[in-house]
Amino acid sequence: MNEMTYLYDGSFEGFLCCVFESYAKHEILTAIYSDEDFVPVLFASRTIETDFSHAGRVMRKIVKVSPYAADLLRRGFLTCLPEREMYLYRLIAKLLREGPRFLGSLSDETLYPVLKAIRNLHGEAQLLRGFVRFSELGGVLGAEIEPKNRVLPLLRGHFCSRYQNEKLFIYDRTHREILLYADHKAVIAPLEHFEMAPPDESEVGYRLLWKRFYDTIAIKERYNPKCRRTHMPMRYWNTMTEFQGTDYFKAKKSSADDPGLSAPNEKSALAIPPESEPSAPASAP
Amino acid sequence: MELLDKLTILSDAAKYDAACTSSGSRRGFRQGYIGSTTSSVAGCCHTFSADGRCVSLLKVLMTNNCVYNCKYCVNRCSNDTRRAMFTPEELAELTIGFYRRNYIEGLFLSSGVVRTPDYTTELMIKSLRILRERYRFNGYIHAKTIPGTSPVLVEQLGLLADRLSVNIELPSESGLKLLAPDKTKAAILTPMRQIETRRTENTEELVKYRHAPKFAPAGQSTQMIVGATGDSDLHILRLTQGLYDQYKLKRVFYSAYVPVVENALLPSKDVKPPLLREHRLYQADWLLRFYGFRAEELLDEHNPDFNPLVDPKCSWALAHLDFFPVEVNSADYETLLRIPGIGVTSAKRILVSRRCARLKIEDLRKLGVVMKRAQYFLTACGKMAEGLRFSPDSLLRNLIAAERPGLPQPAAEQLTLFDTIQSA
Repeated sequence: MNEMTYLYDGSFEGFLCCVFESYAKHEILTAIYSDEDFVPVLFASRTIETDFSHAGRVMRKIVKVSPYAADLLRRGFLTCLPEREMYLYRLIAKLLREGPRFLGSLSDETLYPVLKAIRNLHGEAQLLRGFVRFSELGGVLGAEIEPKNRVLPLLRGHFCSRYQNEKLFIYDRTHREILLYADHKAVIAPLEHFEMAPPDESEVGYRLLWKRFYDTIAIKERYNPKCRRTHMPMRYWNTMTEFQGTDYFKAKKSSADDPGLSAPNEKSALAIPPESEPSAPASAP
Repeated sequence: MELLDKLTILSDAAKYDAACTSSGSRRGFRQGYIGSTTSSVAGCCHTFSADGRCVSLLKVLMTNNCVYNCKYCVNRCSNDTRRAMFTPEELAELTIGFYRRNYIEGLFLSSGVVRTPDYTTELMIKSLRILRERYRFNGYIHAKTIPGTSPVLVEQLGLLADRLSVNIELPSESGLKLLAPDKTKAAILTPMRQIETRRTENTEELVKYRHAPKFAPAGQSTQMIVGATGDSDLHILRLTQGLYDQYKLKRVFYSAYVPVVENALLPSKDVKPPLLREHRLYQADWLLRFYGFRAEELLDEHNPDFNPLVDPKCSWALAHLDFFPVEVNSADYETLLRIPGIGVTSAKRILVSRRCARLKIEDLRKLGVVMKRAQYFLTACGKMAEGLRFSPDSLLRNLIAAERPGLPQPAAEQLTLFDTIQSA
């Protein structure tokens, strides 16, 4: 058996193809890199093409052995665990070698790192359900987040059902992905660059009201910054209305001054590429 | 008056209310409505204020005008403060505006008593009706029931809100008589009993007719001020236990008394709020609700107050050393929950995990057990943690040492070199 490093396209299917390949070629994996992260190394390496039929075969086998494990893999793939592909690969290898029994033992050395990372993913998603701040931009609700894990698939169901009659988007700055929702259809698409449009008068009004409410609701005699940081780590503050500087609370110039510019401005700011929305595969919220 | 000013005055007046939870109601999305109450089982915090408390609801008063003159309260009629009042339309619009931007999980509506309790409640009902019917709001609403409101209005309020609450405020009748002369124990307990009876009825209705309107689906809660009167922890905890048993309350909140007024009957204005005491009461409250403890197990006449140095569960364990050590591979769920350092989550994980393999000491940390406390009270496969030596005496010292970093430190005093020299 040869030792080998695999490169893949960064998708979940691509990862499953790596697993397929290693079993088909009897190769022991030393590392799996997505194309972006790859730094050339001395060890033998190979690029794996994504083949959906191969990915499907691996997935069907895993579901047959344990549907729970399949769920773990899907979620584990969204986490920010360093070298998550290798942890998941070892999990699959152990599953196929020993059967699903070890999945109940939560402190198992193969399972534990994955479980821990998934807990972190769920924790972050739960925090962001609260910390996402939408701005209304021409009838569309828009928000930006900077999570460590890829939480958009976990946030999709929550926000799309809560605001089912709205149009909304959430942009993930870390992973450069956007969640778009309109007319009961939601889609997550990669998007390289995004900038939020400046707010109008009424949006600024609500931002000010919220900021004022936030500042008022604290009891001075109980001031406890450490407790606040524990519950709400500072890395989330960057995208939250109540911690923004004064510029955030200034409206853009009234659109009545220059009606010719305002319309295209708004459109580009929403960053919905006109061709991608209708053609992108829609999935139910 | 501008909306911004009104919001400032009315949220400032509402900030002493401790309840800000959005849990207990599981209502998914409804076609044509905005909002849901299914963020998670435990509710959803939208931000944390500078005092570290969760902000999940827009917490405001309908008005801070009040005909009552409770001595401890900022809104009492004899206090010279700015007064304001939301119109029902304003309040509904503000709530929807905040909700759409995901600032909040819903509305917490309380009020000062303007004219009569009934008149005030009618105003609140009007706001909630606009919110629910005109704006088709399906999110969370917590409404305060004002003592002395007529039962018809409480019924209407309960059909609009998810959770109702009646504040007890002072944990004893003598305290009420002294500090809140307009309120009586009976006036507080009557609506509480009504809500409880109505909720039991509603459960039956819902079994018979699936679409029967829900009455306060998230139950009711209450709040007590700690430290304004001389009541002991034992008294407060017994009262809490009684409320959970007899009135089926979902939560009892404690609020450390923050001196806002100078009054001969109250602690003086430079007394710090008893935050640690409040914290210990909350810890005990959790033991009552999730850990199967009873009030009389935690405190008795000889020890009427909690030890500030160790938490109530550790205190209990130290007084019952014959109960320990517990073998984690064979103990049942209730016994596991009695071990300090093991909580609901880690106890459940132990139950799942030990079906596959016998647990060893080093596995426990991975299951979320807090070993710095738990190690003294458990064995795994008959063994304690390696190298652990302690006697009943040193045990208390070790536990205190383990907890000290989390406790508020006494303010460090800067020693001045020259003063000492001068005095010497």
